[in-house]
Amino acid sequence: MSKNPPGDAALTAFARYDDASQPSRVVAGYPNTRTRTPAAAPVAYVPGLSEITGPSFDGATLRPCEHNLAVAPDTGRRAIGQIIALAGRVSDEDGRPVRHSLVELWQANGAGRYIHGHDDNDAPLDPDFIGVGRAVTDGEGVYRFITIKPGAYPVPNSGNWWRPPHIHFSLFGSSAMSRLVTQMYFPGEPLNAHDRLINSVPDAAARERLVCRVVDNPLAPVPALGFAFDIVLRGRAGTPWIDA
Amino acid sequence: MKRRLVPPPTPSQTIGPFFPPHLIPPGANDLTSRAPGAPPAAGEIVLLSGKIIGDGGKPAVNALIEIWQADAGGRFDHPADRRNTPIDRNFAFWGRARTDGEGGYRFRTIKPGSVDGVSAPHISVTILGSGLMRRLVTRMYFPGEALNDGDALLRGLDEARRYRLIARRKSPLPRGGEREELAVIFDIVLRGEGETPFLDD
Repeated sequence: MSKNPPGDAALTAFARYDDASQPSRVVAGYPNTRTRTPAAAPVAYVPGLSEITGPSFDGATLRPCEHNLAVAPDTGRRAIGQIIALAGRVSDEDGRPVRHSLVELWQANGAGRYIHGHDDNDAPLDPDFIGVGRAVTDGEGVYRFITIKPGAYPVPNSGNWWRPPHIHFSLFGSSAMSRLVTQMYFPGEPLNAHDRLINSVPDAAARERLVCRVVDNPLAPVPALGFAFDIVLRGRAGTPWIDA
Repeated sequence: MKRRLVPPPTPSQTIGPFFPPHLIPPGANDLTSRAPGAPPAAGEIVLLSGKIIGDGGKPAVNALIEIWQADAGGRFDHPADRRNTPIDRNFAFWGRARTDGEGGYRFRTIKPGSVDGVSAPHISVTILGSGLMRRLVTRMYFPGEALNDGDALLRGLDEARRYRLIARRKSPLPRGGEREELAVIFDIVLRGEGETPFLDD
């Protein structure tokens, strides 16, 4: 066994998540949060090499069309719905771009239906839309997707809870400590204010960061509606602050 | 007054019930090679299986479980591991699986080495699922490991909780191949009696 320390002690100092800008673990009106959330307090520990390292996906296995959900790869036909160009910058808490990092995305189709065995919604499937995409961030930490705007859908047995249009994101970042799974929402949607998942985040400014913004269409002259959604992943302690 | 240059991390949201099967391709739960049919990683093969269970013993169906671990030599393929020791490029280091209708999952992997000769061999486990607004993180340790007694994380737990992080040996299967295989069971209780200790994230 090596006598050298396997990693710098400084590397293990990851910032703690701020509870005000992260969702509460138990959410009223969402029963699974009660039956699946641990009752005991989490164990305090010093992250080791297995936590401060993590998988990297360089995109070698990605096919060129995987970032484009709006066109069926086999038929070339357009999916039903409003075409959108969605891009954003992934950075860590120090503002450094998260480069060459895998972004997984999934969403309902324009009618609010997923291709998934657990989706009992009777909205129609779209034969030209599978609703799954992958991209790898570039040298500036920027990802890009072309897709269609998803529809809203009702949550079964939940009263009048309809999920607002949203897109799911899964990111890995630079280590297992920066893994993030989240959902992106659209600006100006009336359902946003009533959504139990958005409202699970106590801090209003943090909730706002889950909403993308309208930007110039990067695909012009292809008629797409441009949206930007920047993502910040957990970084090491020592976040820069400025006097303000 | 001080102001952050960059906002705090983007809030987590639940993975929900509709994580696409497309993102769990065949072989995603087999870490013993980089791709189906690719050259095999070195080390003792581990057949890891278990159930994820919610409150009242109800199986957590349709949850996502991801594992990450060192190779047989205790090495990670990552820049934060700065040692000069060799990396097993045939090992996948990471894998994911979805729980079935009984909450069951399975992986085929390699027994990791200790990273420093002091901390016990272990596998990092992340669980995502409907109802989990934030991920859950824990570690799985191996039964009968001499290093378990000195492992800092295990030592910090009382005895009953410590054993919930140690997999149990499954009765040996008939030997099929030439390589040694270790079959272990690691059940994960999200909430309630026998709750698994989860790490502060």
